[in-house]
Amino acid sequence: MKFLDLIRTALAGFRSHKMRAFLTVLGIVIGVMTVISILSLVQGMNASVEKQIQSLGSNTIMVAKATFGMGHIDVDEVSKRKDLTVQDAEAMTQLPAVKMVSPVKSRQIGSVNYRGRKATQVEVDGVNADYEFVGNYPVESGRFITRDDYLRRASVCVIGSYLVDNLFPNEDPIGKLLALGNSRFLIVGVLQSKGSFLGQSMDNVIFIPFTTFELSFPKAIGFGGLFGMQIQVMSRSTEQIDDAVDQIRELLRRRRGLTYDKPDNFGINTQDTIRDIYKNITGVAFIVMIAVAAISLLVGGIGIMNIMLVSVTERTKEIGLRKAIGASSQNILLQFLTEAVILSGIGGLIGVGLGLGIAGIISAVSPLKAAAPIWTIFLGFGFSAAVGIFFGIYPANRAARLNPIQALRYE
Amino acid sequence: MSLIEARGLYKTYELGSNKLNALDGVSLTIEKGEYIAIMGPSGSGKSTLMHIIGCLDTPTSGQYLFKERDITSLSDQELARLRNAEIGFVFQSFNLLARLSAFRNVEMPMMYAGRSRAERERKVSAALERVGLTGRRNNKPNELSGGEMQRVAIARALINDPAIILADEPTGNLDSRTGVEIMKLFDDLSRQGNTMILVTHDAGVARHARRIVHMVDGRVDEAAGSRPIATELLAGPLGDTGPSASPAPAPRPPTPDLRPPTTGH
Repeated sequence: MKFLDLIRTALAGFRSHKMRAFLTVLGIVIGVMTVISILSLVQGMNASVEKQIQSLGSNTIMVAKATFGMGHIDVDEVSKRKDLTVQDAEAMTQLPAVKMVSPVKSRQIGSVNYRGRKATQVEVDGVNADYEFVGNYPVESGRFITRDDYLRRASVCVIGSYLVDNLFPNEDPIGKLLALGNSRFLIVGVLQSKGSFLGQSMDNVIFIPFTTFELSFPKAIGFGGLFGMQIQVMSRSTEQIDDAVDQIRELLRRRRGLTYDKPDNFGINTQDTIRDIYKNITGVAFIVMIAVAAISLLVGGIGIMNIMLVSVTERTKEIGLRKAIGASSQNILLQFLTEAVILSGIGGLIGVGLGLGIAGIISAVSPLKAAAPIWTIFLGFGFSAAVGIFFGIYPANRAARLNPIQALRYE
Repeated sequence: MSLIEARGLYKTYELGSNKLNALDGVSLTIEKGEYIAIMGPSGSGKSTLMHIIGCLDTPTSGQYLFKERDITSLSDQELARLRNAEIGFVFQSFNLLARLSAFRNVEMPMMYAGRSRAERERKVSAALERVGLTGRRNNKPNELSGGEMQRVAIARALINDPAIILADEPTGNLDSRTGVEIMKLFDDLSRQGNTMILVTHDAGVARHARRIVHMVDGRVDEAAGSRPIATELLAGPLGDTGPSASPAPAPRPPTPDLRPPTTGH
């Protein structure tokens, strides 16, 4: 039998049982829909995270008390480690592969007020003049913190665009005074917007000179408390980042008097470290998602098998007739298998369509952005077709093995 | 060589410890162009014989040559191909697929033969015309009368130009007037040179054939005679008598009904 005739024969089978065909594939539709919508949201998230990671700069190194990571940090041990110092940072500037260095200290401030307006959960960072480049924070207007500000411990600050929007919607913030902790800071510059990340604005930040930070916020708290001071380093080029990492490691081990048999008591992090952390988190989410998808496709597949078995019994006489007029067992097998695959394939297509629709709606009404690469569509379709083959083969084989004489007698 | 040569066919079913010989040594030869009826009461083995002649089944022992080919040694797939090309089945209950139009029902054997669409269109149209259903090609079986359904089934049986047409109680589900029309169609097909085999318990149907084979208890009943009974009816050159000749009253064959009934199942 020709391929097209096979498909025509299979399609004729559904036309007489539209409702049943629809209910049969519902399981597959729901399964594929779930997978595609989650997958495209995860893909969208991956893309925005990757953008964030890349915005750190491929030649940025963050030195801290520990390596960033998930779950495997011994908090007690890390908190006993020696803090990094400004002298460490200054020593790093002398390394051949290093271009610029900035010490960084951070804390979160519950609310910042200006004339009755309020911004909450503001991150305040103490940095030096080079942080404009090391941290990749170009200035929109005004100026960044200068070396002079740093040396004089000036009470000046540069603010992110989120704060401009919330505290100074109708006026130029430059030249205004902002109260932080017990001091007042003169706003000297506004940063370019970095956009938002997972619904969280990246522009809710205030930079002040590192030296001033140590005066205003001597007590470290929270996450900053554990990691203490960090040093952000920029290598001379992307190619020299590995050299820079080696040189920093050697320098810190020497300065801390670590013998060769002792492990590092500090952490050096790059873009790759952060990417690894992210991959670890999403890897788990991915496995959970695949499990959910597998279960729903399994349930959908069982539904198809169930209906195919009913259909084979119902059409016993038809099978007998087809065999009598010359269908081989292989023809019958292919006919039922084609029906199963077309059913599940159509279910898969509907599922892909609905999944993309749901992802589109979610990204329209929430900060999550969906992105569905073309392979997700083929994946959804391919998987459901494979389910059709897998769960169709048993009923199809049963149909193919029917004895034509007994099948013809069946009432 | 004969079209069909069966020698010493046995078909044995094991029912627990009992062995039942549905066929108990049947030998039969059918020539090309013959019009033959296989008669017998239910349980006589005529259906089993029909299944073997129709290549739906193989004998437990014995030899069955179809066009000099030994059927007993063929695989499932080869049997299917043979049925498709050489045998046209007509059933008592028509066995049309309810969801397909008359055209699509007739077309089916050609699809299994792998014929092109253009060829199918041409031959199916011709076959429907031959059975007088040109105007009903797009109707589904539930829109057709019993006689029309059987005509569709006959067109389907003819579509691959088979070597034999095997009809199992073809008038069993039809009223007598329609049954006569269908038998007239069979007579025409026979006159056109087709090899026709009727399987029936109805003497009125069987007497259309030119030879009757009586089956009883799994054997050919030689006493009742495997004789050409209707030859005298159609005497003269084949086909010259015209369509009106066939339903004419014929002498009843020696009554098979007088035998004591076989033990019912």
